[in-house]
Amino acid sequence: MMNKQMTAVEVVAQLKDGMTIGIGGWGPRRKPMALVREILRSSLKDLTIVAYGGADVGMLCAAGKVKKVVFAFVSLDFIPLEPYFRQARQAGSIEVMEIDEGMMLLGLRAASWGIPFIPTEVGLGTDVINKNPDIKVIDSPYDDKEWVAMPALKLDASLIHVDRADVRGVCQIAGPDHYMDDWFARAAKKTFVSCDELVESDYFYDPAHARMVHWERSMTTGVVPIAGGAHPTSCTPLYGFDVAHFKAYAASAKGESGFNGYAEKYLGASEHEYQDNVGGLDAIRAIELPTY
Amino acid sequence: MTAASEYTLAELCIVAASKAFADDGEVLGTGIGVVPRLAASLAMKTTNPDLMMTDSEAWMLSEPNPIGSRAADFVPAIESWMGFSRIFDNVWSRKRHAMLGPTQIDKFGQSNTSALGGTYDKPKTMMLGARGFPGNSISHPNSFFIPGHNTRVFKDGECDFVSSIGYNPARLPKGHSLADIDIRLVVTNLCVMDFGGPDYQIRLVSLHPGVTVQDVEKNTGYPLHVPADVPTTQAPTQEQLDIISALDPHNQRSHQIMDNPPGNSA
Repeated sequence: MMNKQMTAVEVVAQLKDGMTIGIGGWGPRRKPMALVREILRSSLKDLTIVAYGGADVGMLCAAGKVKKVVFAFVSLDFIPLEPYFRQARQAGSIEVMEIDEGMMLLGLRAASWGIPFIPTEVGLGTDVINKNPDIKVIDSPYDDKEWVAMPALKLDASLIHVDRADVRGVCQIAGPDHYMDDWFARAAKKTFVSCDELVESDYFYDPAHARMVHWERSMTTGVVPIAGGAHPTSCTPLYGFDVAHFKAYAASAKGESGFNGYAEKYLGASEHEYQDNVGGLDAIRAIELPTY
Repeated sequence: MTAASEYTLAELCIVAASKAFADDGEVLGTGIGVVPRLAASLAMKTTNPDLMMTDSEAWMLSEPNPIGSRAADFVPAIESWMGFSRIFDNVWSRKRHAMLGPTQIDKFGQSNTSALGGTYDKPKTMMLGARGFPGNSISHPNSFFIPGHNTRVFKDGECDFVSSIGYNPARLPKGHSLADIDIRLVVTNLCVMDFGGPDYQIRLVSLHPGVTVQDVEKNTGYPLHVPADVPTTQAPTQEQLDIISALDPHNQRSHQIMDNPPGNSA
């Protein structure tokens, strides 16, 4: 039986400069932040990030890890504008491929299915086409309309955070939404998953638990047990997103020391140090769930 | 029903905006932001009980949730799962009407949620990004709510970044017609508008109490079509105000328009 358990450091060792990396979750929700922090501690650079972005994208931009962002939005939701993504855009320091949220889903599906593009009318008449010369508009063999050929978003690696996983890579997302994480898992050559809890395989004997497994274990390359690993984003139902921490993060962008100041205060040399700096795992697990 | 004697401008806007959903039938009504969400919720509770709605997370509801924190024993009226990937299945099936608040709306009804000023590679102000606006705008009806009607929002010339398709012949995709695009109501703190003027020109539908045509013209960066007879926006009834109050028990609506002015003062 395969044992895919590894550490965050071992995950980052499998990533290379210039790779295209997909990050699961949505805005401030269930981001693999512990894996992102391990990238922040590494020498990786020139990454292309594909994400429904939040602080994952902002932090990687602020730390100079990013060459290009493929995005439909980058937002902390209750703080609408991600402060460091905003800085990077306004400094002109990153390349972008700005697309519609649904186009990203189609691009991930095309990559997952091994096809070069998926036709859609989404994007027609807007600047997501005009500003992206690499996205082609094509004639249809079946009607007289033109269609956007949304290209496959092929990923070298995906990073995802889940509630539970076993060492074979069976992953459970127990929150109400798995977002597009199944497609991030399928679109990537390698998918690395951090989990709040490592479970035995018989945990999934209960069909109610197995029903919350959204991709096959063959899509999972590595499993990294990191309780609280989504902090400061949410991992509903285990914990909400950390409003106070996000406020401090956003405020740091306006401060003199900027992201370096934030990183010095919180990042630490390891996830253990990080969690000490933010009040510990019990404090993370006690964060109230958001109400929408 | 008789008009209430006291109500806020936000409540007037909610009632006016709820009309956008009245004749929709069985579609997903998505209101992003407090006023649009309350508008869709009010429509579901009154004029269009067939409207569908989510909890803004991942469940479809048969009754709209009140906004903000709710009692621990509150039971949402869940009717199905409706995660984000399924939202796109719904969008592309066209069974949806969204009401949103972009940063700019130009004379074509094109909107901007992404970048202001500078160049595209180095914008002066980066905002959210295109989000789902491109797909929404070509797939289903959309309405807009703007809490501060001015010439920065309703700007002269095209939007700095076009997030959503509008009635712009120069951008019309091959095989499409302008009639395929369906922008419904534009509700602001001054008035209600639509794109029912000649050649899809923006048109004044009603003026809020105390607002003049000149007020709207002065705050709109392009000409608008003004019909001969422009009515005053209909005042809320007490029944509507009671429903709004129950849907927004923490009065978040009072923070949506600057200074939360009354709706019926000159």
